[in-house]
Order: sequence, then structure tokens, then C-alpha cells
Amino acid sequence: MKIAVCVKRVPDSEARIKIGADKTSIDESGVKLVLNPYDEYAVEEALKLKEAAGSGEVVIVSVGSEAAQETIRTALAMGADRGVLLEADAVGLDPLPVARALATELKDGGYDLILFGKIASDDYSHAVGVMVAELLGLPCASAAIKLEIADGKGRAEREIEGGVEVVEFALPAVVTADKGLNEPRYPALRGIMMAKKKPLEVKDAALDAGGVEILQLTLPAERKEGRIVGEGADAVPALVDALRNEAKVL
Amino acid sequence: MANVIAVLEQRDGTLKRVSREVLTAARTLADAMDGEAHALVIGPSGVSGDGLGEYGADKVFVAADDALALYQSDLYAATTADVVQGGDYGVVILAATAMGKDLAPRVAARLGCTLATDVTAIQYDGGVVVTRPVYAGKAVYRLKLTGAPSVVSLRPNAVAPEQNAKAGAVEATSVAGGPARATTVEVKQPDRAALDVAEASVVVSGGRGLKGAEHFKLIEDLAAAVGGAVGASRAVVDAGWRSHAEQVGQTGKTVSPSLYFAVGISGAIQHLAGIRTAKVIVAINKDPDAPIFKVADYGIVGDLFEIVPRLTEEIKKVKEG
Repeated sequence: MKIAVCVKRVPDSEARIKIGADKTSIDESGVKLVLNPYDEYAVEEALKLKEAAGSGEVVIVSVGSEAAQETIRTALAMGADRGVLLEADAVGLDPLPVARALATELKDGGYDLILFGKIASDDYSHAVGVMVAELLGLPCASAAIKLEIADGKGRAEREIEGGVEVVEFALPAVVTADKGLNEPRYPALRGIMMAKKKPLEVKDAALDAGGVEILQLTLPAERKEGRIVGEGADAVPALVDALRNEAKVL
Repeated sequence: MANVIAVLEQRDGTLKRVSREVLTAARTLADAMDGEAHALVIGPSGVSGDGLGEYGADKVFVAADDALALYQSDLYAATTADVVQGGDYGVVILAATAMGKDLAPRVAARLGCTLATDVTAIQYDGGVVVTRPVYAGKAVYRLKLTGAPSVVSLRPNAVAPEQNAKAGAVEATSVAGGPARATTVEVKQPDRAALDVAEASVVVSGGRGLKGAEHFKLIEDLAAAVGGAVGASRAVVDAGWRSHAEQVGQTGKTVSPSLYFAVGISGAIQHLAGIRTAKVIVAINKDPDAPIFKVADYGIVGDLFEIVPRLTEEIKKVKEG
């Protein structure tokens, strides 16, 4: 099994977001940057599939700045075999140029499976993995919570509103991982030491400009301070009255 | 002049509510761009495009085929791309639902064009300008889309459906051929009646304050009384009390209901990010210093095990009376 996992370096989910001086990006000073949490599920799934197959290779691919090497090393420390960084100074908000860069890299790689996190927890696009599948003409199941691979075929389950969609496809294929697919392992100390020696190739991403112009990045409007209507169950009638007559939402 | 097309969504042959929101957004944008608003309905034979004129569609394309009863990603994408390429469209709008989140990037990749997903507003200001929350709502972009066309997915509950009578002329369109690389073989529906947190107009979420999975009955009863969906904090999903489908927050779903109840949820930053665009937030928590009270419009401090059953009773009375 030869598997590629595409990953992204993102601010930690617990980070407080501050707007940068340019008003079009965040201020990354003091922000911890980590492997996108959804990509951890993709890496874990790749490692499990390789282990089950008994042989194979797991290749981590990322589009990002030089610092994304650290993120790739995190995935290598989990157990992936080698990494490829498609280096770009700035990655814009249009997902198509990123997808094109990845598709170019992956096209002739002979991968049986290409995995992504379903979404990056920074830009929330939910797009790049699906676009790569389209650009390569491969089947794709996005936001998978369950994945079975056997005899060159795949079967994935994906959550939809009020149900679960079951999708079948032949390999090679692209699958994007949702929370629930597995429990990602933590890199062990030995893995971290070994990751330092694993191959990591750096290439130029050559991104197109894309069609999204950033006008402004702002913090969301503060919600105006509400009020405590009371304490304990005795406050319930006052709450119901406020919801009906003041907020008019009941 | 360019037209706008709304790609609508059906389940079991019936259009989803969010489809009227998407069509309303398309109508408003088309008026600003001095163009027409069209709609595309893809579904099983018998699926109808009737009545969409009421919500502002000048023209409605219907691609009906029993092979399209369930969402078939490749066929839906090919059909949509064909219709968009066959007309003069500046913008394609879908709902940012499970289907729309999968379909929108496919269509954009096939058309080789710009995509903005999960937007909360679309305007025309010398170009198409969208408002797009990122970092799970901790920051908000205003973006100008310079692609032609541009594909946009709209967050459910972000735009209120408005009636605006137009011709709504229905035209059958062919279903694109081409390979179906992946096939949806079935939809398992554990609970057909259950509302989804991302789409519901009322959400009742429970957190660690419930002390155990078995006490979520209180949340379910309140949700049933208000006609809402059940949500959950990350802590209780990670503890295995509830499924990830219900998780609200940065690694779960971002919600914009008209009414949100946070019960026994202290309000971690990643949860607050996911509820910021809710219209009215009600917090019930025993800790008066819990961060959730900083964002709540109304709060009750106290024991949720006493407050929630009483609230459920009072709301039932109001709904029945």
C-alpha cells in the first residue's frame, strides 16, 4: 500500500486569534502552530492501513512555508516514512491553486490512496482534498468517519444531516478524514528521534494567484453583554417571558 | 450582466428548507448584478421545481433521474458543471451542508474557478464580496471573488428565506453522463426525525455539567419541547457520551440558530467560537463566573437538574397555550 497524506500547519485550536498590522492576516506571534487536528486522523488511518497490509509507504505532503517542515516531522514522528514540502511563502485563500500544486506532485506518484483531513481548522474550506480528486480524476469520499479497504476497493461512511451515507469506490482514491475515524496515536520519543533522520524533500510549490482578494480580516463583533435573569428554577418563568416577549424567539 | 444560479438540495424528493435560503441569496445577488436568478434541482424522477418562482427563481432547471435519488457526487458535479457552462453565470450558490460541502469544490475544480465556502453573507460591491468566518468564527474575512464564475457555499440559517414572485419557468435538463467513480449505495438513517445541529433553528447543547451520558435525557426533552436539535460540547463527545455529529465548536460544527441553549457548558474558547453567530444564547450553569455568561443574552445560575425540567415544562405550556 502506497499512501500519501496531505497535511497543513495551522494555529492551535485553543489559540487566541489577533489580527495582524496589515488587517488581512492574523498575528502569529505567540501562537502555537500545529499539525491540523483533522490531518492527524488521516495520518493515523494511513499508518493503520500500512500496518494491516504488512508493507508499504506513507508519504506526508504539505504546501506551506519553510516552517511547515516541523509539521511534516510531527507526522513522521507518528510513523510516516518520508515527507515532501511544496514550499510557498504565502498560501492564499483560494483552494484551487493549492489543489493544483498537490495534484501535480501526486499525479505520477503511484499512490493507492491519498488521504486528507476533511478540513483545515484555520481556513475551514473543506475543499482541497475533494479538488485534488477531481483534478486527478479519482473517486473521492469526503468527511469519512469509517473506512474499509480490501481487494483494491474502498467503502467509506460519511455523516450527513440525520444519517450516514455509505460510499463505495475502487482504488486509487482520495478520502478525507473526519473526527471519529480513529484515535490518532501520540508520537513516542523513539518516533521523534527517528523522524529527524527521515527524508524530507523540499520543492517549490509554484502557486497561481487564485481568484480571492482579501479585503479585510476582523475579529467578530463582540456579543453585547447579556443579563442573568435569576438563580435556580424559580428564574425559569422570567427566562421564558424574556424569550417570548423580549427576544421573540419562542 | 451575469446571472446567478442556486443549486438546490432535496431529500427523498422534497426540497430542504435551506434551499429556499440559497435561492433567496441568489435572487438578492442577481438583482444587484442586474441579472436573473436561476435554480437547479437534481433528484429522483418526479422531483419538482414547481413553486420556486415564489422565492425568486426566473428559471428552474430540473435534472430528474432515479439514479440521482441519493447524492451521487460525480453525477451531481457533472450535471451542475454542464448547466453552469451552458449559461452566462457569474456566481453559483450552494448550501454549506454535507452535500454542498462536497459538491461545491467538485464544481469549482471542474470549472477551474474560484471557491469560497461556508459564507454568511454575499453582496455585490463592484464585484462579488463574501463574508467568511474562519478559525471557527474567531475571525471574519471579507473577500472579493474575482473568478468568473465563482462558486460559493452559504451557511444554513445565515439568510432568511424571502418570497419574491418571479416566473419560475421549469425546464427539464439532461443528466450528465460520464463516469461515476464513487457510488453512494445507501443512507443509513439512525433517526429520520432527528434535526441536525448545523441546520436547526433551535439548538439545545449539553456539557460536562450533566455529569453522565444518561442525563442527556434532560437535554433531549428540552430540545423536543422547543422543536430543536441536540448539541454537545467537545468534552462530552471526547468522553464518549454523545456522537461527534452533535459536537458544536471548532472541531465540531459552527451553528447559527435563532436560539441556542448552553446547558452545563462552561464555555471553552473553541465552543464559544462555534456559537458566535447564534441570534440568542441562553446559558444555564452553576458557576456564575463561567465564560459562557459573557456571551449569553440570558443566563440562569443554578442547578441544571432543577432548572432544565422546569424550563421544559414551562416551554411546553407556552407552546400548547
